[in-house]
Amino acid sequence: MEYFIQQMINGVTLGSIYGLIAIGYTMVFGIIGMVNFAHGDVFMLSTFIALIFLMALTQILGIGSLAVALFVVLIAGMLLTSLWAWAIERLAYRPLRGSFRLAPLISAIGMSIFLSNLVQVTQGPRNKPVPSILSDVIMLSSGVDGYAVTLSYKQILIVVVTIVLLVAFWYVVQKTALGRAQRACEQDRRMAALLGIDVDRTISLTFVMGAALAAVAGLMFMIYYGVVHFNDGFVPGVKAFTAAVLGGIGSLPGAVLGGLLIGLIETLWSAYFSIDYKDVATFSILVVTLVFLPSGLLGRPDVEKV
Amino acid sequence: MAVDAAEPPRTALRPLAVLKDALGTALLALGLAVPILALRTEQNISNELILQPRWNYVAIAVLAAFMARLLYLLVPALPRRRKASRKAGPRVTGRAISVAGLVLLVAYPLLALALVGQGGAIKWIDNFGIQILIYIMLGWGLNIVVGLAGLLDLGYVAFYAVGAYSYALLATSDPVKAFMAEWLGPNFWPLWAFWICLPVAGLMAAFWGILLGFPVLRLRGDYLAIVTLAFGEIIRLVLINWVPVTNGYAGITSIPRPTFFGLPFNASDSGFAAFFGLPFTPLYRTIFLFYVILALALLTNWVTLRLRRLPVGRAWEALREDEIACRALGINTTNTKLTAFAIGAGFGGFAGSFFAARQGFISPESFTFMESAIVVAIVVLGGMGSQIGVAIAAIAMIGGTEILRELDWLKRVFGPDFEPTHYRMLLFGLAMVLLMIWRPRGLVAFRQPSIFLRERRAVRADMVREGHG
Repeated sequence: MEYFIQQMINGVTLGSIYGLIAIGYTMVFGIIGMVNFAHGDVFMLSTFIALIFLMALTQILGIGSLAVALFVVLIAGMLLTSLWAWAIERLAYRPLRGSFRLAPLISAIGMSIFLSNLVQVTQGPRNKPVPSILSDVIMLSSGVDGYAVTLSYKQILIVVVTIVLLVAFWYVVQKTALGRAQRACEQDRRMAALLGIDVDRTISLTFVMGAALAAVAGLMFMIYYGVVHFNDGFVPGVKAFTAAVLGGIGSLPGAVLGGLLIGLIETLWSAYFSIDYKDVATFSILVVTLVFLPSGLLGRPDVEKV
Repeated sequence: MAVDAAEPPRTALRPLAVLKDALGTALLALGLAVPILALRTEQNISNELILQPRWNYVAIAVLAAFMARLLYLLVPALPRRRKASRKAGPRVTGRAISVAGLVLLVAYPLLALALVGQGGAIKWIDNFGIQILIYIMLGWGLNIVVGLAGLLDLGYVAFYAVGAYSYALLATSDPVKAFMAEWLGPNFWPLWAFWICLPVAGLMAAFWGILLGFPVLRLRGDYLAIVTLAFGEIIRLVLINWVPVTNGYAGITSIPRPTFFGLPFNASDSGFAAFFGLPFTPLYRTIFLFYVILALALLTNWVTLRLRRLPVGRAWEALREDEIACRALGINTTNTKLTAFAIGAGFGGFAGSFFAARQGFISPESFTFMESAIVVAIVVLGGMGSQIGVAIAAIAMIGGTEILRELDWLKRVFGPDFEPTHYRMLLFGLAMVLLMIWRPRGLVAFRQPSIFLRERRAVRADMVREGHG
């Protein structure tokens, strides 16, 4: 039982990270119907930005307070990752809007290859071990058979930050003019343009918001795993995409729900079956969902039009 | 260009505005470069991460962005000649290019031999010739699925892997060896394994094509792409983790090399060189491999061209244009899709088994998603459905990245630490994006419709999609 609770805690932590990345996929798909293949690599880039900023702050500027450092890293990471996403959208996707269906997807795959190799070239191909931070744990219960359930400060931080950001994000999408413009573009881009919404700007801001959340996920990922690598974009990217699909692509609560489910499934699968095949399990969920439940758990069914 | 079309024509050039625009780009480049370029994370001796400042790189990047934007804004404003002969181009040259290309390909090994001599020729035939031909073949195979049937398959490498592992496992398996040794003598299997396993590997891959095709029949577009990607990854992960059979990451070694129809390419008395009374050199094997893959690729091309004239080929093209109309016309979309998957996968399997035989060693590392992405990029950049376009794209993309291996003189410019090969995939990704923006419909966007009512017309691919032609 203790073992199970521990796995649930780990799963929710991992699921929060996937959920944050998944929102980027689901929003972009919702608004322009495109799988933003480079999103996983934007996430990977953000882990590096977070790492470099954290080290610059602690080593070069010598900031002692970890809380201040993390906060600055979070804000700077969100801004710079957003800038990257904005530039990518402007350069690689916007010229292809209105082109045929595969063109943006190929461009996105090219961007994904470019980003991961850019980081490899500029930062080197090795694993980067991150100086461990926030590794203290709280004992929740010490089991009878000596197995203790622990909750680390990292995990608390990850879940709390995720919840706070989701609430803020929810507010933006539901209550502000930007959110209304986004939802309008999602329903009918041409009509939205006729009503005076700057569609290009709204789409850019969608990419920017997705990237900002991915940057948060990047910082959390770096803290949680303690190691970053240039190739870390692909697999978490596909898993987050799986989360978005599982929750119903285009649906924001669905992305979070999907992220939590994927996190839990992956953790429990590794704990009870086989750690080697955990990625196979996730990919299988992707296949099964798309084949049998294409609209996901919370998505709207897709009507085939002639 | 797509970008230009959207903007109003610039009649007068305003220098101040251009400068401002370019400065903005430089500022953006600064913002992009600062986090990732300015400080490099390095491990010191005690394995701790330290930061190395490299602000000079940032300066170069910013300057490059500034100049690139300036050029981009200035070049279209310069007066230039109108290209008058543009419309008449593709109709005349299509066939001529094919014939010339074919002649060049057949003569290529001899040409390489004549130009750079024996020592250099192996490298040019192997790294360039064979490597490019493998990708041309994969591109043509995938072209059946993506270009003709319009099913975007991002997991094509799975069938390449199935082909490679089928050959490798069959050729090195002890029971098969023992069985063959008992029935046909000890020398038979090592000499003939490749030629017997080649069709078997193709069939295996085709079988897997059908197997993986079944669940995805209902899916289209991006969803289909993602599911096929997942299948490709699942197969690779199984190859990694199923250690008792596939030997995991370590891969399979000492796979028998192909023979000249029973004559091995070695220095022994029964070898190819001795049989024909020639001095032994490893060159013969390379040249022979070149012609094998050339024949396989041409077979793929020929089968594709013939299939396009059969009802099933017509059904593929109809399916690509409009699936619902297809169903309304009574075309069995299930069978149509499955045949496309199976035939495309079969050729992937042939290529895979050739790859295993050429390398003599395979591991799951060779079958990553990157390979699928490269092949898809070749097909789409070539202009979906165009055989010549795929070949040109493969030569441009694979040859272009291979040529980086030859650019050692760059070390003299950028210092001895500069390794051009590290930038291979970086430039590949960038080229994919830029080519897509430059020509979203691929290099050869003209396509002869394979069936037409009255007159033969060359139609742009986008018009075909809209229902003309």
